[in-house]
Amino acid sequence: MSSLPLGSRIGALLGRMGLKGRVLVIAIPTVWLLIFFLIPFLVVAKISFSVAAIARPPYLPIVEWVDGFFRISLNFGNYLFLLEDPLYVAAYLGSVKIAGVSTLIALLIGYPMAYLIARSEPDRRNLLLMLVVLPFWTSFLLRVYAWIGFLKGNGVINNLLIGIGIIDEPLVMLQTDFAVYVGIVYTYLPFMILPLYANLVKLDEAYLEASADLGARPITTFFTVTLPLSLSGIIAGCMLVFIPAVGEFVIPALLGGPDTLMIGQVLWNEFFSNRDWPIASAVAIVMLFVLVIPIMLLRWAQSASEGENQ
Amino acid sequence: MKRKSRFLMIVGILGFTFLYAPILSLVIFSFNESQLVTVWGGFSTKWYGELFRDPQILDAAWVSVRIALASATLSVVIGTVASFVLIRFQRFRSKTLLSMMITAPLVMPEVIIGLSLLLMFVAMEGLIGWPGGRGILTIIIAHSTFGAAYAAVIIQSRLVDMDLSIEEAALDLGARPVRVFFDVTLPVIAPALMSGWLLAFTLSLDDLVIASFVSGPGASTLPMVIFSKVRLGVSPDVNALAAIIIGVASLGIIVAALQVNRSNKMSQS
Repeated sequence: MSSLPLGSRIGALLGRMGLKGRVLVIAIPTVWLLIFFLIPFLVVAKISFSVAAIARPPYLPIVEWVDGFFRISLNFGNYLFLLEDPLYVAAYLGSVKIAGVSTLIALLIGYPMAYLIARSEPDRRNLLLMLVVLPFWTSFLLRVYAWIGFLKGNGVINNLLIGIGIIDEPLVMLQTDFAVYVGIVYTYLPFMILPLYANLVKLDEAYLEASADLGARPITTFFTVTLPLSLSGIIAGCMLVFIPAVGEFVIPALLGGPDTLMIGQVLWNEFFSNRDWPIASAVAIVMLFVLVIPIMLLRWAQSASEGENQ
Repeated sequence: MKRKSRFLMIVGILGFTFLYAPILSLVIFSFNESQLVTVWGGFSTKWYGELFRDPQILDAAWVSVRIALASATLSVVIGTVASFVLIRFQRFRSKTLLSMMITAPLVMPEVIIGLSLLLMFVAMEGLIGWPGGRGILTIIIAHSTFGAAYAAVIIQSRLVDMDLSIEEAALDLGARPVRVFFDVTLPVIAPALMSGWLLAFTLSLDDLVIASFVSGPGASTLPMVIFSKVRLGVSPDVNALAAIIIGVASLGIIVAALQVNRSNKMSQS
């Protein structure tokens, strides 16, 4: 026994536990995720119904023990406040708009790139894919930071454009919605390219030849054959860009201006600047039900229908 | 056909320029003498010296590395057990719940994960007195939770592809299930564990939002320090730091790619 590696000895020990061992193995990830993922949402939901106060923690309890009775005081004021103050509705809509437009731009840039990689020589494919993925392994924060140097008044782009005489005055690009679009497209482009590539590389070229033989022009072939066949890749890529973009905080905070409104940033400010935990919680709960859960359901429906097709 | 491929080439060149120009300019301007980050004032390595004399950055880097090492390891443990249970075990009561909980962090906005975990930690402290303040430990727990989700994606796909017959052979030869797992399954899926670990490590090193929520006064991670510096404007020592990170990451990727290439060639011959 002692000559066996440690792993096997632990294994043999656990093996004797039989059914109990099985329950234990299931319990490890389940309990961890319950405590550190699922139950925290219930805590957020609870705090979203409480009243902010100057205390530690900065809100009043919902359930109190008063004169021998439990007193439960639910406060819907936070949600009413979200509806009444136009800032919040605008921020939710702004997030959807910015994430949606960025996703579309990423698709328009990413599709031809994925197509190019999928259609190049197999030896070259891996190199090109590596070049697409490499920025992802460097710091996200520093890649967003790089765009500050690119877009600011005396930044690289303005210096270049003035240098070759296209413009006389520096363009205002930093701290605008434009900079946020650039930042999101730049950051999430690899997430668009990879699923599109995975889809396009499997596309049988015989279809394209057949279409050409039947007299279709390349552009017709693209819209009637290639595009419909790559639809699942398009959907996967768009989701991978849209979902993180909708809750983005860093990019609007660093590149956006005072009138860039995104809900992730609003939540951050409610929490860190205003220290209003109940409002921040209410913002999170609404975000969860309006944006996240519909997207999750859509994803499940999508993967379920793909499962049926296979 | 010719014209279309020229169009693709142009898009490809523009696309890769878009991906790499900002990174290259970061590296170039890290060697800039001038304080003005985007105006060239001569070659200098002084910002690197400045960087290594900045105790705030060095401390934060050390905090980040320790958190990333611990949370990547925990992520792989949780991710592996969860993947194994989901792929290999027949139906059990909490299966849907577990598969939902392990994939949900992938689509959850970071601000929500951060806020919910912080409120959880505060509530737990009120109830049972643990975790007793926030800092490195709470960041490790937070990072392990979403790192496990990413690790599980990689490990699950490896488990699905794995040849079941070797596990069955070991079982037929009388090995107990748990020994099969440690002696057969684990070595076979080891490359996936490695990729999962690296991914979780990178995500942890990179995370600003979740760490900011669950951190306490004593523990500032590297992204938190960079963010507070960058918010005040561009500064050349951040460029130097970026150049170092980009260099290390590129080196790692190239080594990994060569390794994969060699093992592919060996398995072909």
